[in-house]
Amino acid sequence: MSNSMIGRAAAATPPGAARQIRGLSDRAIAWIFVAPTIFLLLAVNIFPLIWTIRLSFTNFRANRPNAEVSWVGLSNYQRILTDPDIWRTMQATAHFLVWTLVFQVLIGFTLAWLINRKFKGNDLWTTIIVLPMMLSPAVVGNFWTFLYQPQIGLFNYVVAFFTGIDPTSFTMIGDVALAPWAIVIVDTWMWTPFVMLICLAGLRSIPDAIYEAAECDRASSWRQFWTITIPMTLPFLMLAVLFRGIENFKMFDLVVQLTGGGPGNTTTLTSIDLKREAFEKWRTGYSSAYAIILFVTVFGLASIYVKALNKVKER
Amino acid sequence: MSGFSITEPSRGQKWIAGLLVAGYALITILPLIWIVATGFKSSADSIAYPPKVFFSPTLEGYVNLFTTQTRQTQEFLAAHPPQTWYEEIVHARGLVIAGPSRFGERFMNSVIIGFGSTFLSVSLGTLAAYAFSRFKVPLKDDLLFFVLSTRMMPPIAVAIPIFLMFRALGLSDTHAGMILLYTAVNLSLAVWLLKGFIDEIPLEYEEAALIDGYTRFQAFYKVVLPQAATGIASTAIFCLIFAWNEYAFAVLLTSGTAQTAPPFIPTIIGVGGQDWPAVAAGATIFLLPVMIFTILLRKHLLRGITFGAVRK
Repeated sequence: MSNSMIGRAAAATPPGAARQIRGLSDRAIAWIFVAPTIFLLLAVNIFPLIWTIRLSFTNFRANRPNAEVSWVGLSNYQRILTDPDIWRTMQATAHFLVWTLVFQVLIGFTLAWLINRKFKGNDLWTTIIVLPMMLSPAVVGNFWTFLYQPQIGLFNYVVAFFTGIDPTSFTMIGDVALAPWAIVIVDTWMWTPFVMLICLAGLRSIPDAIYEAAECDRASSWRQFWTITIPMTLPFLMLAVLFRGIENFKMFDLVVQLTGGGPGNTTTLTSIDLKREAFEKWRTGYSSAYAIILFVTVFGLASIYVKALNKVKER
Repeated sequence: MSGFSITEPSRGQKWIAGLLVAGYALITILPLIWIVATGFKSSADSIAYPPKVFFSPTLEGYVNLFTTQTRQTQEFLAAHPPQTWYEEIVHARGLVIAGPSRFGERFMNSVIIGFGSTFLSVSLGTLAAYAFSRFKVPLKDDLLFFVLSTRMMPPIAVAIPIFLMFRALGLSDTHAGMILLYTAVNLSLAVWLLKGFIDEIPLEYEEAALIDGYTRFQAFYKVVLPQAATGIASTAIFCLIFAWNEYAFAVLLTSGTAQTAPPFIPTIIGVGGQDWPAVAAGATIFLLPVMIFTILLRKHLLRGITFGAVRK
């Protein structure tokens, strides 16, 4: 872009030069256009982040704004990292994260691959499949608690229809063993289309000519799949995993409505735990440290992942 | 399409693929159909055992959603016959309407905050995106990284300092506060998406306009804006859907006057537990606009959904 005429002109135009005769200089316009955005992002994204870091070294409690605040150094961080309960929520989050990604990638890719067969009406079916992910997770999550009711819920009856199990014999969200899967199922239902759409874009980006060449070389379709389709959609698939991974690490609305973290603490994901610490127990300093730890974790993991993604893209 | 191609799947393959995808689509849409259907069930039908597929539809859920009711004695009911169809529905269960419920208000809050924040983030975003696209601006290369990193913080983590900040500034539980917050959350993504759209507009158009004596600003709104209209519209839809669906900030930062529908709908309680037909009615009214938008604008949504990663 900067090689174009205007780009060069803009870069070379010193402030207050010839252009000003015809109104504002390009540089002034650039700053006027960007300033509100930068200001808002600083005020609502960067400033709060710095404030959170500051709070994380104190024992501040938001429900007692007049109490004396003292610096506690790193003790908030130390308490979090040595707390076994936090590790349990991390495990619950990891379980949720890993299984949702596995199911969404498998189902999402399969669907995309099938849709790419270009059968009649694929547009219509794709749109229907996409619907769940456009909807409010809190509202839909709340309704799923109704679908999961053992006596009256639809889910149990659908399972019973396909497997023959007694529909009243299991409770998806009341059972310690089943609840972690209940949230995985709803998240997979909701977000598989996201992975599907990105995979579909990946599949459609592969030129037909490559398959035609492979066909001429008499490569079997199995071989074409593993040596053309998979490697060429891999960067797209990895991108989908990145976005879903970040989103599900932050997961709050859907799960809090579905299970509220229960039964016991089996589905207490980190965001739900953080909400309890920050807005129910009002340990603001402590939960700020918690937030920073979460942020650093996602940030670190995502950076490593993006490096790997770039390597795959370069191949 | 170039007529015959050796890579074209066979008819049998197409049939099998079509059947599998259609099967998945039907299962996936079942919960949504169930939401809409439950909204038209009576309380008894909604909790029937086993679940009822066929039922006689009633507007009871919708009436419960929009009104509050009180129980009255038989004498009172006999002395005050129902005037309208909705009073009749309530009357049949030994109740009278006491007044409107909070739902209308909450829905309007969603509309005000959703459209307000969308308008702001798209207007500010378009200006910034144009500058990022056409001029040398510092931070330009870090933009995508910035977009991603602002989305890595769990909303609850962001909400802690925002909560304190809003309390100090008197923005808690106000429309203005929520509009500002959603604008900021959407803005980084809006700039990113819009920059992609504006990048695709050939520079020659503007150059021609500038040579014809337009100022840079005139060139922006007379040449670039009309060209970017589709991109701006699809970014707007995407921002609107985000603000419409948002729950975490809404539940933490609003409680009364500015509460939106997502935190409100799950709290709809009837006599003896959750009133599922009313919840489903509320969900239907709330979700239907998004479903219709999705179906109408499916072609334009992909880019927003994928954070601009996938382009046509």
